[in-house]
Amino acid sequence: MKTYTKFAVLIVAVIGTLVWLAMGGINESSTYYKEIAELEHMGDQAMGKRLRVGGDVEPGSILRDGRQVHFVLTQENHRLRVVYEGSDPLPDTFRDRAQALADGKMGSDGVFRASKIQAKCASKYEAQPGTAPASRAPASS
Amino acid sequence: MENLGSLAILLAFCFSIYAIAGSIVGKLKSKPFLVISAERAVYVIWFLLTFASACLVYALMTGDFRLAYVASHTNRDMPLAYKFAAWWGGQEGSLLFWAWILSTYSAVVIYTNRTRFRDMMPYVTATLMVTQCFFLLLISSIAMPFKVLAVGREVIGVPDGNGLNPLLQYWAMAIHPPMLYLGYVGFIVPFAFAMGSLITRQPGDAWIHTTRRWTLITWGFQSAGILLGAGWAYAVLGWGGYWAWDPVENASLLPWITATAFLHSVMMQEKKGMMKVWNMVLITATYLLCIFGTFLTRSGVVSSVHAFAQSPIGMYFVTFLTIQIAATAYLILDRLDYLKSEARLESVVSRESSFLFNNLILLASCFAVLWGTLFPVISEAVTGEKISVGEPFFNRVNIPIGLFLLFLTGVGPLIAWRRSSLESLRRAFLWPLIAGFATAAILLAAGVHHFYALMSFGLSVFVTWTIGSEFLKGSQAIRAKTRRNWLAAMVELTHRNTRRYGGYIVHMGIVLMFIGFTGAAFNHDTTAEVKVGDEMRLGHYQMKISEVSEGRTSNYEWHRASVEVYRDGSHLGTLHPERRFFMSSQQGTSEVSIRRRLNEDLYLNFAGMSQDNQRAVIQAYVFPLVSWIWIGTLVLFLGTVVCLIPSKQRLQYARTEVLGMVDTNVPVRP
Repeated sequence: MKTYTKFAVLIVAVIGTLVWLAMGGINESSTYYKEIAELEHMGDQAMGKRLRVGGDVEPGSILRDGRQVHFVLTQENHRLRVVYEGSDPLPDTFRDRAQALADGKMGSDGVFRASKIQAKCASKYEAQPGTAPASRAPASS
Repeated sequence: MENLGSLAILLAFCFSIYAIAGSIVGKLKSKPFLVISAERAVYVIWFLLTFASACLVYALMTGDFRLAYVASHTNRDMPLAYKFAAWWGGQEGSLLFWAWILSTYSAVVIYTNRTRFRDMMPYVTATLMVTQCFFLLLISSIAMPFKVLAVGREVIGVPDGNGLNPLLQYWAMAIHPPMLYLGYVGFIVPFAFAMGSLITRQPGDAWIHTTRRWTLITWGFQSAGILLGAGWAYAVLGWGGYWAWDPVENASLLPWITATAFLHSVMMQEKKGMMKVWNMVLITATYLLCIFGTFLTRSGVVSSVHAFAQSPIGMYFVTFLTIQIAATAYLILDRLDYLKSEARLESVVSRESSFLFNNLILLASCFAVLWGTLFPVISEAVTGEKISVGEPFFNRVNIPIGLFLLFLTGVGPLIAWRRSSLESLRRAFLWPLIAGFATAAILLAAGVHHFYALMSFGLSVFVTWTIGSEFLKGSQAIRAKTRRNWLAAMVELTHRNTRRYGGYIVHMGIVLMFIGFTGAAFNHDTTAEVKVGDEMRLGHYQMKISEVSEGRTSNYEWHRASVEVYRDGSHLGTLHPERRFFMSSQQGTSEVSIRRRLNEDLYLNFAGMSQDNQRAVIQAYVFPLVSWIWIGTLVLFLGTVVCLIPSKQRLQYARTEVLGMVDTNVPVRP
């Protein structure tokens, strides 16, 4: 039975170390998802937390200024000014009307400072109305 | 055309139901003709799905823009190869592709086993067809690939399509999804065999050899798929990364991890009759994670750059997964007596123990990745707040795990079964350990202070040394006997026991990849706005912009910079980073220019024009050692192929011989 005790000790040690590492990782990198409306509600509470905000890029709002990129995210009539100051180039999918996710922190001036941007472009046809399902194959074919 | 395609899918759906019912009823009522007819139904499904796929591909190639799928994933000016690749470029098409691959695998499984495993094959067929049936249900009712664009009751066409996402118009991206799907879908086969053997309480290990082989094949595809994706990200996305712990990337990694664990622990079952329950759980977990991964990619549960559009498909997957988890859990618990272990662990310092820890660590990694991926979902359910964890979490957990695994890679193969004496340990590990520590010491002295990097390089040398000495010792023995040269002796050695030496080659590939990953600790970069004649510096490189040109093709407009690269005054060559703007999708992409070398890559990205449109924004990166990842991938793939070649000498396991399986001995020949 002694062998099995040894195994148990080793296994607990390994798992323990990993859990400890994982906890540290979670504390270091947890990011809160917020809607733009929620952010407006939070006011000063939003400051200092790592946040992730999603929305559509307002057409014509993207402004490049040296390494900084300014733009506006919109979601159901709520607007959020964002400035991107990260070092990675912005994704190619980032452009007017794209769905974007911005990671960063809220600045005291009400401008969201993003360090990372993810973007997905909205597809032209998916929102098109009147797309009916294909007629079920008739038996005659 | 689209009607015929839809009809084929519907018919395939009906046949899959027939195959499930036919094989189970045939087995229970002992009616062999029913079983045979169910197997033939599987072939019919393959023909039907091939036909449906051909219809879709034909529509894509000829640009039939009445179809919603064609209109949203191709356009007229796209190269033909990418029009073909659009088959798996979107939700509906890729589901059809999934189903088609599954039908191909099923047909191959049934054909190659038409005379073997007669008592369990009906269940294998049924398991395969349950999954097939589910996917056919999806493409025949909610994600229909042959949907036409219509206004009211009138079918309309559009003049030109949306085009395939330009980021996907790259060679590695065209073959990355098929490779990944071959892996994903392939894991259903081992699962089907496991279920078959469990239901019929298969005696002996013949089925496990077949299963192991299938797992190895699909594992190879999965590895290649994941790494092609990494290679694509590196060469296309413009930031030089190859892995970002994105949910969809994680989804492809999860089954890979459990399959890796299975490939190791299955040896315990073959040689010692141990860990049977565990292996059953691993096969099941791998399969479920594949379905889960498909679900994650398609349901929009977690936000991801890769995700397909949000769709109601999620509920179907959740239901399917729940049913399957319940069914397999019941089966395994009900048959625990069949899965009883035949031996016990004897010592902490033994081969068994190294496998145990290998599995423990792999599973821990799998769990951590799963946990991190689902963290937003879990936290929302528990605290009501959606919280995500990022790269630091994944790296913190997985880097130590990776290094520990690397260590085991060196230790495992040399340590004895059952128990090892201190003397034998010293003989096997003294010199590799010295070599490893010496490497770390030299690097430290040379100014490398990154702890994990030192460990990684040290361990890489340690493992290389152990693997190298195994090859040298073995081939020296052959050389002494047969007077062949080193190379011939090594080939002979490998051929005698392909599983063992193929495994070593795979391990060597992993070591090379680790060297490449470790290089990331030394990345550096710079960004500059430059015009013709300007210079920029990065490390020991000087870069001079000699030209910025522009032009257009029928598909996109482009800006291109020509950058002369010098090091210490000597000219190294010209790089041409390019910026493209695709007309049909109104989207820009970067064509990065990379000077690939074994020691480091110089990576230039044309990020765009500056605000005043006068200067080009160029980002320059140096990525040390990154090429070793791709070299390691090739070595890993080669090793997998070697493992699949039957050994010259038939392996004999006393344990399996007793049971007297006549024609299904190890190793199984295709």
